[in-house]
Amino acid sequence: MDLGLIAAAGVATGTVLLFAAIGEIFAERAGVMNLGVEGMMLMGAVAGFSVTGATGNPWIGVMAAMLVGGLFGLLHGIVTIHLRADQVVSGLALTFLGTGLARVLGEGLTNTNVERLPAFTIPVLANLPIVGPIAFQNQSILVYVGFLLVPLTWFWIARTRPGLHLRAVGESPAAADVQGIGVYRLRLVYVVFGGILAGLAGATITLAVAPGWFGDQTVNSKGWIAIGLVIFARWSPIWAAFGAYLFAAISPFILALQGVPTILGVENPFLPGRSATFFLEMLPYLFVVGVVILGSRSAARRRIGAPAALGLPYVRGERGL
Amino acid sequence: MTEEPAARPLAVEARGIVKTFPGVRANDQVDFDLRRGEVHALLGENGAGKSTLMNVLAGLYRQDAGEILVDGAPVAFGSPRDAIAAGIGMVHQHFTLVPSQTVTENVLLGLDRPRFFLRERQFEGEVAALATRFGLHVDPRAKIWQLSVGEQQRVEILKLLYRGARILIMDEPTAVLAPQEADELFVTLRSMTAEGRSVVFISHKLGEVLAIADRVTVMRRGRVTAAGLPTAGATKADLARLMVGRSVIDAPDRTPFAPGAVVLAVHGVSALNDRGLPAMRDVSLDVRSGEIVGIAAVAGNGQSELAEVVTGLRPCQGEILVDGDSVANRPASVVLRHGVAHVPEDRTTVGTAPNLSLTDNLIMKRYRDAPVAHGLLVDEAAARAFAGGLRDTYRIASPNVDTPARMLSGGNLQRAILAREIETNPGLLIAVQPTRGLDVGAIESVHRLLLDLRAGGGAILLISEELDEILALADRVDVMYEGRVVGSMPVEEAEIGRIGLLMTGGSEADRDATPVGAAPGVAR
Amino acid sequence: MRIHLEPRTTTPRWLSPLATLGAVAVALVISGAVIGLVGGDPVRSYLHIVEASFGSIGVLSDTLVKATPLILTGLACALAFRMRLWNIGAEGQFLLGAWGASAVVLFPLVPSGTPAIILIPLMMLAGMLAGGLWGLIPGALRALLGVNEIIVTLMFNYVALFWVQFWVFGPWSEGGFQQTHPFPPQAWLPRLTDFSSVVPGFAGLTVHAGLLFGLVAAGLLWLFLERSRFGYEIRLIGDSPRAAEYAGINIKRRLIIVFAISGALAGLAGMSEVNGAVHRLQDHISPGYGFTAVIVAYLAKFRPGRVIVAAILFGALILAGREIQPSGVPVMIQGIILFTLIVGDVLVRYRIRITRGGPAPAGPLTPATGSSIGPAPRPEARG
Repeated sequence: MDLGLIAAAGVATGTVLLFAAIGEIFAERAGVMNLGVEGMMLMGAVAGFSVTGATGNPWIGVMAAMLVGGLFGLLHGIVTIHLRADQVVSGLALTFLGTGLARVLGEGLTNTNVERLPAFTIPVLANLPIVGPIAFQNQSILVYVGFLLVPLTWFWIARTRPGLHLRAVGESPAAADVQGIGVYRLRLVYVVFGGILAGLAGATITLAVAPGWFGDQTVNSKGWIAIGLVIFARWSPIWAAFGAYLFAAISPFILALQGVPTILGVENPFLPGRSATFFLEMLPYLFVVGVVILGSRSAARRRIGAPAALGLPYVRGERGL
Repeated sequence: MTEEPAARPLAVEARGIVKTFPGVRANDQVDFDLRRGEVHALLGENGAGKSTLMNVLAGLYRQDAGEILVDGAPVAFGSPRDAIAAGIGMVHQHFTLVPSQTVTENVLLGLDRPRFFLRERQFEGEVAALATRFGLHVDPRAKIWQLSVGEQQRVEILKLLYRGARILIMDEPTAVLAPQEADELFVTLRSMTAEGRSVVFISHKLGEVLAIADRVTVMRRGRVTAAGLPTAGATKADLARLMVGRSVIDAPDRTPFAPGAVVLAVHGVSALNDRGLPAMRDVSLDVRSGEIVGIAAVAGNGQSELAEVVTGLRPCQGEILVDGDSVANRPASVVLRHGVAHVPEDRTTVGTAPNLSLTDNLIMKRYRDAPVAHGLLVDEAAARAFAGGLRDTYRIASPNVDTPARMLSGGNLQRAILAREIETNPGLLIAVQPTRGLDVGAIESVHRLLLDLRAGGGAILLISEELDEILALADRVDVMYEGRVVGSMPVEEAEIGRIGLLMTGGSEADRDATPVGAAPGVAR
Repeated sequence: MRIHLEPRTTTPRWLSPLATLGAVAVALVISGAVIGLVGGDPVRSYLHIVEASFGSIGVLSDTLVKATPLILTGLACALAFRMRLWNIGAEGQFLLGAWGASAVVLFPLVPSGTPAIILIPLMMLAGMLAGGLWGLIPGALRALLGVNEIIVTLMFNYVALFWVQFWVFGPWSEGGFQQTHPFPPQAWLPRLTDFSSVVPGFAGLTVHAGLLFGLVAAGLLWLFLERSRFGYEIRLIGDSPRAAEYAGINIKRRLIIVFAISGALAGLAGMSEVNGAVHRLQDHISPGYGFTAVIVAYLAKFRPGRVIVAAILFGALILAGREIQPSGVPVMIQGIILFTLIVGDVLVRYRIRITRGGPAPAGPLTPATGSSIGPAPRPEARG
């Protein structure tokens, strides 16, 4: 088993989770929970894959994926922000819709191949010990985009004027509204942006990390895992990146475990075909439950919780105005 | 006031403002004008339309009819931002601050500058300089949730001054302040009018209006009953008549004070607030049968937590006895069974479930017992009969007992809560802000219910931010400051200057040194 | 132009059902358009669904067989949603229920030859226990540690899936196939066809006693929610947790109980499916009943009686949808229906007004403060 290769694959898969989680962080920081990430990712995945197939240009595919994800975000935004529908239910509806529609649109795409996004090695950084080969050697361009997105997101939220306004609409929309900040508009913008990133995450799967279309197995619950990571990360992009790469590094390691005939001299009970392998398959999901519990615990202890207005529709005139 | 007020130019003029909400005409042909450099009080009861009018001036609502002129030019505000651009800013009753952000961040919120990067150091300096200039002491780097209510109010004012507001509208600013803090606020307001800025001061308290304002406009039921009256010649009696349409209510009749056994005994109780900070420190007090004990305190000094601790809604350390039984840290259901009733501070989400029917709300404390309970079931017919009975007895105005609680007006909602609580025949009632936001008629009926309960031998712990209310109803006054009981006296000895001093952390010894009795804002 | 929503002060009785029917109709039109766009024939697809699910007494029976687990899982979701608890884990609880029931005969926990009168109640109990426990864990995590129940129940669905796979591929596998040995006949729930010797018309009808479980459970849940003290408490918690706390209700305990009952109902659905329809445990035993249950509960507005109707409709969709191409259509229709339902809900709760220009038209009227009908309306009352 080559740990370096496994870790490099983890960085690539982690990028998928990272895009989705950061998209969700933007939406939730603005006060809108979007449980439709799984559906948006599937739509992004199928749109990216099929448009690339039709045009032969993966860049157009990525654009299409982001557009479709953004449109789904727009739908969720209008329904929850303007029509004040329950964010949980709308998010679930988005997942059903995205899953069903992606399967409908993806009919006939299985077992086809399309052009991938380019992968390359970053000259100097790739020579770094340990990190170099894992993170900078022959990775997809989207992986590098992911590296850049993390500090940019942090900086945007913590150190800029738009970030100040983003935090305000998620924490105290009434206060923002009085200062002339368009609460509805800003929330919509970030929900749509979250959708765009979720669409990008989907395209990252089909055009870079694990090319191909495998029906709703393509995304394979990564959208839900991303939402769990946001809770674990306590709405911080840095922690989300940590969680995403860690999770993604563990998963291939588990898969790799299925490939070794013996562990410490004992016959490996987790070999494919052996039924105990299903316990290995459970681990990622139990891992998410574990990190969500950890995240909830530390958020409670440090009294940093979700954005105060998360999940609540804003109605002007309410709350003392 | 060297300059003759009438000679100053007009800063704002509103003519014929009409604003209608479904079912109510909140402003009906209202005229209002404000001169430069004056404090103009807008006086009226709750519900008279004062805040609506000012929300129109501040760009939050758009009037249905009428026009607004600023410095003689007509304006049309699409948002509070437009209003502030024209120099009009409003400090709302409920502050519009972002609790997780710093003072400076709150001041910068919504501004065009900084363009993109938050250069915090630079702007912290600007905010600090502005604060010093107007005597608004607050740390620009502090997070809002760490500040006291009075400090938060200063941040609200800073926000407006930073935006260059020349006209400040203050909506009931003293409601959250101790008398001495109110005096500090008045000094700040004066320093602003001295620079030529103008202040609109919304209030329903006659005393402070006479103390701070140059002129007063009185509103009643959406109309102006007196426009721009100079306060110099006005008396409280005149204003009261203009405000309520009849002579002002006198202190309600009370039966002679005949205290019985101690019902509630609190010994050395400490508790944390929602943020995990100490809210109550070593609090001790007694309430006897037939006695009303009033807790006088500025908002956020532990009195809300006291009510929750006694009613089993908040964990604590220390000893709480009801009729001699320890109830500290017992579940609310157990405390309830000891005959403790509770009129909570938040009547729309704690005192009632807004979307449930009046019946469901009225049986909240009775659904476990016959006749409403029928074994493990709720007897629908009995529940409705019970609710119908309360509705008639306590004159709760609602079309029927199936009406959702959210459809009830504030006064009726409060009567429903009181009906439910009193009907449990409580030995002890904890009443928190029982008349906040109610009109005069509703206040009277709530006071009547409380005094009837007292006359019947009930013990009442009355927590109110209305000092007048406490002095009118209580037999004993306990003052809380920073989570401690800092003074306790029979109501006869509760002189307002003394209480005010205690409420702000002054000791009894300071009293002779500071002539607070002469403070302008606290006259009754 | 600006669209704004005004909370309705009165809601006509006909509005809510009309909005629901309208939502379903609009969803079918939208879905039809999508089917048309991808080259299908929406009219034929819909006719096929009706034909293949209600066209004859035989297919109607099959529809009811598909509706049975949906009734029970739908009730499970409806109960939890009443308290605003998002149990998205009915799928996993269903699987655990099926597994628990199977364990009784496959471990076996009872001697072979145990008569049906003992075996079936035991299997019901085991299924409800397993499903209930699987619901209890996320409930307890939420109540005691404040852990988001949506994520946990969802993840638990996958865990349950692999758990069942482990047993059907491993210890209980019948000759290496992805299924267990069939249950003994006395573990089978009675079907209508079993009585064809008495009523010849019942021949071939596979409707089983699980439907009865669903109907009885719906009746009991109605009594529980609408007439019991516990139901009152759930209503109170669902509308305002702080008011419930104030009324002396231990919310955490109720939350755990509700989650356990919800899981037990879904577990019973699993039991009824293996005992009534499949007669063995196998992989892919659920085509997503536990997920469709979310929509069933929502369509039924969380009312037990209406869950039955909604479950039959979606049972038909699942039954007939298996033959519709592309295969994603039924799931897509479900998603679109859920969307149109929540938009329809908005129309029921709010009056929509369109004004030209103007800022902030909304007054201080909100669901919380509402409009006043008392003698003294007060727009400036603190809200």
